[in-house]
Amino acid sequence: MHPLSHRACSLKIFFFLFLSFFLFYAGPTHAGENTTRFEEGLSLLLHKDFKLKGKGIQQIADSGEKHSEQLLQALLEGGLYRVKKDNTLVYAAIDGSKASITAVLDGRDLGIAKKRKLKKITINNTLRTKLKGVLAAIDLNNPDPEIRLAAVNKLITTPTMDSSALLEKLLQTEPDDNVRLALTTAMAIISLRSPDSEQKLAALAVLRGSLNPAVRNELNSLIAREQNQEVRKKAESVLTAIESKIAFYALVEKIFFGLSLGSVLVLAAIGLAITFGVIGVINMAHGELIMLGAYTTYVLQQMMPGSISLALFLAIPAAFIVSGLAGIIIERSVIRFLYGRPLETLLATFGISLILQQAVRSVFSPLNRSVATPAWMSGSLQINPILSLTTNRLTIFVFALLVFAGLYLILKKSSIGLQVRAVSQNRAMARAMGIRAARVDALTFGLGSGIAGIAGVALSQLTNVGPNLGQAYIIDSFMVVVFGGVGNLWGTLIGGLSLGVANKFFEPWAGAVLAKILILVFIILFIQKRPQGLFPQKGRAAG
Amino acid sequence: MKSKLLTASLACALTLSSLFSGQARAEETIKVGVLHSLSGTMAISETTLKDTMLMLIDEQNKKGGLLGKKLEAVVVDPASNWPLFAEKARELISKDKVAAVFGCWTSVSRKSVLPVFEELNSLLFYPVQYEGEESSKNVFYTGAAPNQQAIPAVDYLMNEMGVKRWVLAGTDYVYPRTTNKILEAYLKDKGVAEEDIMINYTPFGHSDWQSIVSDIKKFGSAGKKTAVVSTINGDANVPFYKELGNQGITADKIPVVAFSVGEEELSGIDTNPLVGHLAAWNYFMSVDNETNDAFIESWHKFIKNDTRVTNDPMEAHYIGFNMWVKAVEKAGTTDPTAVQDAIIGVTVPNLSGGYSAMMPNHHITKPVLIGEIQNDGQFEVVWQTSGMVAGDAWSDYLEGSKDLISDWRNPLSCGSFNVKTGKCSGQK
Repeated sequence: MHPLSHRACSLKIFFFLFLSFFLFYAGPTHAGENTTRFEEGLSLLLHKDFKLKGKGIQQIADSGEKHSEQLLQALLEGGLYRVKKDNTLVYAAIDGSKASITAVLDGRDLGIAKKRKLKKITINNTLRTKLKGVLAAIDLNNPDPEIRLAAVNKLITTPTMDSSALLEKLLQTEPDDNVRLALTTAMAIISLRSPDSEQKLAALAVLRGSLNPAVRNELNSLIAREQNQEVRKKAESVLTAIESKIAFYALVEKIFFGLSLGSVLVLAAIGLAITFGVIGVINMAHGELIMLGAYTTYVLQQMMPGSISLALFLAIPAAFIVSGLAGIIIERSVIRFLYGRPLETLLATFGISLILQQAVRSVFSPLNRSVATPAWMSGSLQINPILSLTTNRLTIFVFALLVFAGLYLILKKSSIGLQVRAVSQNRAMARAMGIRAARVDALTFGLGSGIAGIAGVALSQLTNVGPNLGQAYIIDSFMVVVFGGVGNLWGTLIGGLSLGVANKFFEPWAGAVLAKILILVFIILFIQKRPQGLFPQKGRAAG
Repeated sequence: MKSKLLTASLACALTLSSLFSGQARAEETIKVGVLHSLSGTMAISETTLKDTMLMLIDEQNKKGGLLGKKLEAVVVDPASNWPLFAEKARELISKDKVAAVFGCWTSVSRKSVLPVFEELNSLLFYPVQYEGEESSKNVFYTGAAPNQQAIPAVDYLMNEMGVKRWVLAGTDYVYPRTTNKILEAYLKDKGVAEEDIMINYTPFGHSDWQSIVSDIKKFGSAGKKTAVVSTINGDANVPFYKELGNQGITADKIPVVAFSVGEEELSGIDTNPLVGHLAAWNYFMSVDNETNDAFIESWHKFIKNDTRVTNDPMEAHYIGFNMWVKAVEKAGTTDPTAVQDAIIGVTVPNLSGGYSAMMPNHHITKPVLIGEIQNDGQFEVVWQTSGMVAGDAWSDYLEGSKDLISDWRNPLSCGSFNVKTGKCSGQK
């Protein structure tokens, strides 16, 4: 801003603050004054100082102007800009280096402008909290019950005596049950702070079994300060009840975390269960085949930027084909010359894994690529205030089960599956029966690699898509396959899930690093007792 | 499209370096070693620094070189392999006879090359924030020491945001462990109770953050304002922040301040769920001044891609390189011992709008900036120190290091001088 206009502006602000102070006490204001108040609020937003911006936000909220909510929402989401040249406030939708802008004041469409000509109106955490509070107050009257519920929950975290009257008023008109419950909880929390013991006892009865974290904090501080024995005893019993409920949900949550980690392990390992388990190849490049799948997702998303979800679904077959072909090429060009020599295979595939990593580094750059998550896969499924299951993990858990079922059906019901099983059980006999063992080997390796590619699609939603993606999963995959029993799909499923759950139970008291070590030690001991794993293979091959 | 541009820029960098070697035969040059991993796990961060060095050397040559000679970059690839760093460093110094080396990222790679530089008496400029507790005659630490990053960040959270409960989360290696030890001592010194500090370490590249984030959520629901101080390294950050977003931990509930997350790391993720989380650095790309604008412009021109970001370690190389150039001009020679003497006290402009000076302990003065992540992957500065902060080699909050000082000027000339016993331990 120009220094002169800056000074003029601050004078104006001073004048305006005085004016608004006066207006505040002058009783109801009429529309014209509100508009100036709104406009002055806007000019405060142009300042660099966050405190002045905060004042601006308050004025805009107080003005009651009808598009103030839209404006504050845009400010919160970072969609509010100023034109550098003349300081007009605009809403901007950024697209690359261009932006289509609309004026804030009159909603005029100002066409397309270069992004460099605009400067974003930035906010900090304090302002963000303030904006959310201001918007929550507006949201209390929102027609959508979910938004109202969120607004009330926001109020619960900072209850004050004077919000009690407001809550009471809202409760009388509130039609939605969930929102009513939240409102009564908020009022009960406020009653806990009243000096009257009767009121406190009544509030405690309401709060019994409530899982809202604010309730627990309030009870803790009540127990610490309460003089009345009866109230304190009651509060303690309510708190114990709540805490045992929390402990139960914590257990449920832990099991979910374990299953979800386990499903990732199963996805990563199940391809290996085929290549390692069925044809006995120690494929150190398995992780890189997962990585190829993840990069396929990235490339597809780049090709169709408008439809992230569709790209993700298309990535599943695409990744299967890309990784599967890569697997077949590896098998035909290297591994088939090394059958029966596990050490050489191990070294050769390790070399291949390094080649693939560096190839990706040269093609896509060593930097991580960002794969977008579709909206329906982010966020979480709120079961109650303390238990929520994250949607992406839930999706991947279901996906892992589907992949497992699909693979199981292929191996058990299709003719190629039959041939694969025949070759793995007795190669010589299968060949005698007219099965082309070499072709089956290549196809099996391709199938295992393709599944690794599918795992890559799932992992791209959880972690970095970068050249090192595969390395992180190769050890875990081998662990699962060895633990579950070589050559057994069920073993991989049960092994992966139980290792995941065990890991999550060790983690809280041992830490993430030690938990991993403990799991490894456990598997080593287990293999000493049962070298064949959880589900040993039956028949001749077992010998 | 982007990858094509990158390949093009890589090819360009290659031709440039081959151009330099072509000139080498024609006239005598001053060689500068660039020791950054171009392959392996650390390539993600270090490749950019190699390009930065090539750009700085290129610009210096356009200005007429140094002492009337052209500068020549000697780029080697230690491939994220710590012992290989030492071998490559020895090769640069003994075989290529470089005048100075700019390089390393991880502390372990620095520790690996340290004996080589001390033995062969050469110079290393180290551009990354680190845990301190070290001062070598041959190393110049242009990144932040803990008192130039971690301590001011904690002060900001404590004083400006009223944080009462602390989660110290880090990757399990030397930098987070030492930094957290310093922070824990500092917090206790400020009266924070034991039960209000939660410390957590995770392995490199950790990707399953469910239970840790859930623990943080529980720890933070005790009614006191809670913040996470994160020394989580590189790759593990993306799944960490994703999990925070999914479990609904936004910056206004539990802010996370990170010491290893900069513009480069954010360019790989969707930053919308991260808006408002913090980072503490000595430089942000969004800093608004002319030196920075010029630097960004020449970077975009050099790398031929105007979407590339700049970050703090790049600024550290910018400062370090200019200091070295100035010291060589002052000494009139590239002889390491002469440069070591000449560089102390040298002052050059930094990119945050001030001047940085080389201190006698081989650390530099820098401002400390706290930035909040914005949804375009940039940081908005919300707080900064009023002046420059001098890097402290030995932390004042650790037993055994608080009595130590470092001063490489004569007559003391010692990296770890104990003021209580009056003895100098270690290198002299």
